[in-house]
Order: sequence, then C-alpha cells, then structure tokens
Amino acid sequence: MSTLHTVNKSPFATGSLQSCLSHAKDGDAILMFEDGVYGATKGTTLADAVAAKGGSVTLYVLQGDADARGIAAARLIEGVTPVDYVGFVRLAADHDRTHAWL
Amino acid sequence: MDEKIKKFLYVNRKAPYGTIYALEALEVVLIGAAFDQDVSLAFLDDGVFQLVKNQKTDGIGVKNFSPTFRALGDYDVTKLFVEQESLDERGLTADDLQDIIYEDEDDDWAEKPSIRIVSRAEMADVMADQDVVLSF
Amino acid sequence: MSYDVNGTSVEHDEEGYITNLADWTEDLANVIAKAEEVDMNEEHWEVVNFLRSYYEEYQIAPAVRVLIKAVKKTMGPEKGNNKYMYELFPYGPAKQACKIAGLPKPTGCV
Repeated sequence: MSTLHTVNKSPFATGSLQSCLSHAKDGDAILMFEDGVYGATKGTTLADAVAAKGGSVTLYVLQGDADARGIAAARLIEGVTPVDYVGFVRLAADHDRTHAWL
Repeated sequence: MDEKIKKFLYVNRKAPYGTIYALEALEVVLIGAAFDQDVSLAFLDDGVFQLVKNQKTDGIGVKNFSPTFRALGDYDVTKLFVEQESLDERGLTADDLQDIIYEDEDDDWAEKPSIRIVSRAEMADVMADQDVVLSF
Repeated sequence: MSYDVNGTSVEHDEEGYITNLADWTEDLANVIAKAEEVDMNEEHWEVVNFLRSYYEEYQIAPAVRVLIKAVKKTMGPEKGNNKYMYELFPYGPAKQACKIAGLPKPTGCV
C-alpha cells in the first residue's frame, strides 16, 4: 500500500514540498512537476532534505517541465528520475492512491 | 454497482479567507457526504487556521463559514484530524480551536468531540490509510 | 425578477430564491409560498422557522436528509420523516421550504 505524492509548486513559494517530505512514508513516490521541479535541483536550501528523503522514497520529475525551465539532467539531485507523461500515468496506476500537494 | 464503502480524506492546508480553497473544500465535503462514504478531514499547515474560534468576517465582506464546521456531525462527518506540529508552529493550541461535537448514534446520542489532535507521524499514518485523498 | 410585497419589490434569482437574505420578512414568506402554491399553516411555519434557525447557527441550508434527521430529533419522529415533509412541501422540503424561508438553495441540491 503506497502513495504517489505530487508537488507542482516551487518550494520557495509554498511549503507544499516540505510538508510532503514530512508526511511521505517509506516506499512512497514523490513526483515533482510544473514549478515543483525546482525542488529537485541541486544546491538549494532544500536539496539536502530532498536528497535524504530519496533514501526511503523514490523521487521523480516530469521531464518536460524540467526541460522547459532549463534544468539539465546534471542539475538534478542524485537519485531523481525524469519521467515523461506516460511515466506519470504509470506511476499513478502503480500506487494505491495519489496525494496532490497543492 | 460496487457498493464498497471507501475511505475518503479531505486534506486542508490553506488559511480560510486568502483563497477560495477552504470554502470550496467544505462545500465538496457537504456535497460528498450524500454518498455514504467513510469521510475524514485533515487540517495541517495553514489549514489549522480554518478551525480557529471567534472568526468575524463583517469587516471584509465575505461569509464567515467557520460555523458550518459545527454542522458536519449532522452530515455524519465526525473525524477532523488536526496536526499538533502545525498548531505549534503557528503559536496555537487546541484551546484556540472552536468546539466541534457530534452525537454518536451508536452510543445513545452521546456528544463527542469531532476534533482529534494528532502528531505529524500519526497524520502521515492517517493519510496512508485512505482509498482516496482529495487535497485543497 | 422580483416578488411584490405590499408594494415593495424584493429581488430573486431565476429559480425564485431571494438574492439578499436580509430582505426576508414573514410577509415575503407568504408571497413566496403563494408563488409556490403552498398554503402556509402552522406546520409549514414550524419547518420554515426551524430552517431559519439552522441557517442562523450553521450558515448553511441543510440537505433534505439532514433536515429530516434534525426535525426528527427536535420535533419527534411523527414530523421528522419524508412523508410528513413532502406533504407539507410537495416539491421538496429543502428546496421549497428553504425558498420560503429566504435561504439559499441547499448545498448539494442540483
């Protein structure tokens, strides 16, 4: 029984990513998309917390949103996996529920 | 038709009047209550501000919908989980929240509190225990 | 669109719900009831007044089943049932009685 969490806001504008990180359970997945992809980048004040969470949950970004914002693969936090829209749908189908952190 | 009762959690993370999310969430809960599911509400982050007592909105010209939370018991919505850490961060305690009670049909209509204060870890467990999570 | 109450007009929407809840008076309730073809007696007033105090307390017009449950609790099972309510308000207690009570359409009524 696991959850796909989605975050679509920049972690510098809202606390959604932070709240998501502190409520996600081991074995869950977090997908960052739209402005949420900024949370998946290296060197931010949140990067350590995101990377640490990567040990117990799997982290994804929506490739198109990262590309659109000029975020190259090299700038993604270690362990973050880019997915396309089909991958997004597959993640939703593979988990028991989806929790959208608005 | 599948008559299985599902567990629905409505997650409230926004303060009441700055955006329309809180009011919309409450309306969805009231409408959704007609479908006889197992409904819970979660209040965390700024969502805890929705339950603060003594709200008076005359000065801003919008409807004060905080009394409507007290009607939820009539709609068989009796589980309002409030996160302790979110209260702490905002300088609030359980005493700052309005009393919300329901009458327990299975216990001779005894009045019981609907608000349950839980830790962040317990809130994560509540979230993981649902069939459907609707976030506002 | 408006109701005429002793020469004053009170605005309502296309379904007959008054636009400004503060416009409500008992005279207006009688005018709306007439438009709804409801002949107001003491029993109708009891429900209308119940709805108004429910709204006053909770800021919502209750759904039908919630209304009936609440009436059952405060006025007893001989009144808190579908048959009694629909005899008083044939087009639906929540919808029709709320309109006469000057409340908005109940949340969840389509």
